[in-house]
Amino acid sequence: MKHVVAAADEIPPGSRKIVDLEGRSIGVFNVDGEYFALRNRCPHQGGALCEGKLWGVLKADVPGGFEYSSTREILTCPWHGWEFHVRTGQSWCDPMRLRVRRYDVSVETYKVSVEGRYVFVEVPTGRPAAAPASVSSRAR
Amino acid sequence: MVVTTAPETEARVRGRTRRALIDCDFHDELDSIKDLYPYLSQRWREHIESYGTRGPGGAYYPRFMDHREDARPPSGRRSGSEMAHSRKDFLDPYNVAHAILIPLTPAGRQMNPELDAALATAVNDWQVAEWLDPEPRLRASMIVPFEYPDAAVREIERRASDKRFVQVQFSGRPHEPMGRRKYWPIYEACARNGLHVMSHAFGSYGNPITGSGWASFYLEDHVGPAQAMQGNIVSLVAEGVFEAFPELKLVSVENGFGWIPSLMWRLDNAWTLLRSEVPQVKRPPSEYVREHVWLTTQPVEEPHKPEYFSQLLEQFGEMTSHILFASDYPHWDSDNPDMALPPYLPKALLDRIYYENARQLYGL
Repeated sequence: MKHVVAAADEIPPGSRKIVDLEGRSIGVFNVDGEYFALRNRCPHQGGALCEGKLWGVLKADVPGGFEYSSTREILTCPWHGWEFHVRTGQSWCDPMRLRVRRYDVSVETYKVSVEGRYVFVEVPTGRPAAAPASVSSRAR
Repeated sequence: MVVTTAPETEARVRGRTRRALIDCDFHDELDSIKDLYPYLSQRWREHIESYGTRGPGGAYYPRFMDHREDARPPSGRRSGSEMAHSRKDFLDPYNVAHAILIPLTPAGRQMNPELDAALATAVNDWQVAEWLDPEPRLRASMIVPFEYPDAAVREIERRASDKRFVQVQFSGRPHEPMGRRKYWPIYEACARNGLHVMSHAFGSYGNPITGSGWASFYLEDHVGPAQAMQGNIVSLVAEGVFEAFPELKLVSVENGFGWIPSLMWRLDNAWTLLRSEVPQVKRPPSEYVREHVWLTTQPVEEPHKPEYFSQLLEQFGEMTSHILFASDYPHWDSDNPDMALPPYLPKALLDRIYYENARQLYGL
């Protein structure tokens, strides 16, 4: 089920919003204009993962060397520092076996027209009117 | 002494639906050395302002996160530095029936002996005024200048009548192995006054964590305390401390516990070969360990296969009555009480680890 979480400009690039949907705390992130959503609960010991710091990706081919990509897409849990890729929810240390649940995020706009004195918003049947950004609770 | 009842906050009432805990590693933190100024004489305040504090190097490996940021009080002061916030953030919601305070401060590792003694007594006064008096659930570790045993014994005698101090604190890496004669006056004073001896991981009096020298990375330091504690336990056994002071109990905090069974096997084996070198060790070493050593859970062992945890506890046998739950609040590597121990363990065992073992050890 889709939920409306924010107006698109409420979550500018580099920021996040934590929302409660269907009894779950979920963090919605804007990474360079793309939106991602993760469960706000670390699979390790249940810490509030989405309140953690976002880092770039740091790799080293040899001791003493490093390669740092500055896009802040590694989310670290504020409790024990476990690292997850904000795009996929995969754990950095154990990507095959460990992940945090991620959710689909979309930004939606509606057709607006003015006729005479009135402003019309066209809403496809079955969806709530008004705000644009929504998170799908169907987990991946 | 003012005794106040802990306020019945909503968090406290709600917390009561959970099992009651006794937390054996709960940190009361200084926001800065200035927190001690009300408890220091002008002579020492001026000394600190002019000369600062100075311990031996190597104690501290810079880390990416020292305390949980989400445990910081609203004032912005350091996590764990305000009792009222720690109470609201942890003691109440987790239904902590008692917590043992373990302050990690510059006291106990000063090169200047008088400063060390002055800081130690100031920390203890601070604990009384800001932690023990307003919160009856708390008990405290007594800070002493343990590298200067005469002064340490004086502090023990000064405090011993306050039974809220339950143990005397050593850092994880004292100047000499803990069994050495230098420290025996402290053990004698502890045994006489009914105080346990507690060793908390980390801290340093100039010795590296490894037997091969100084490590490069905090990661190495972080897994190191097991080695240091093993060395100290072996020393206490080999030197005959537990023979000389049969009432003395050692509490090992934040050093892990998974290594105890294999250490006991190895020690017993070595003792059968080398018994004549150490006639003061009158019984198999594992017996001394089983009778005198308690260990806290945090950081709890997280084996790759969950069944290994149960197997580990089987190896402990009766000594599971010496395993104590600890959170290490508010440090970044603290354990969540809900998830520290596998929930499929027998309920009676969980009750002992979370509560009963500590209740008996500390007479709560």
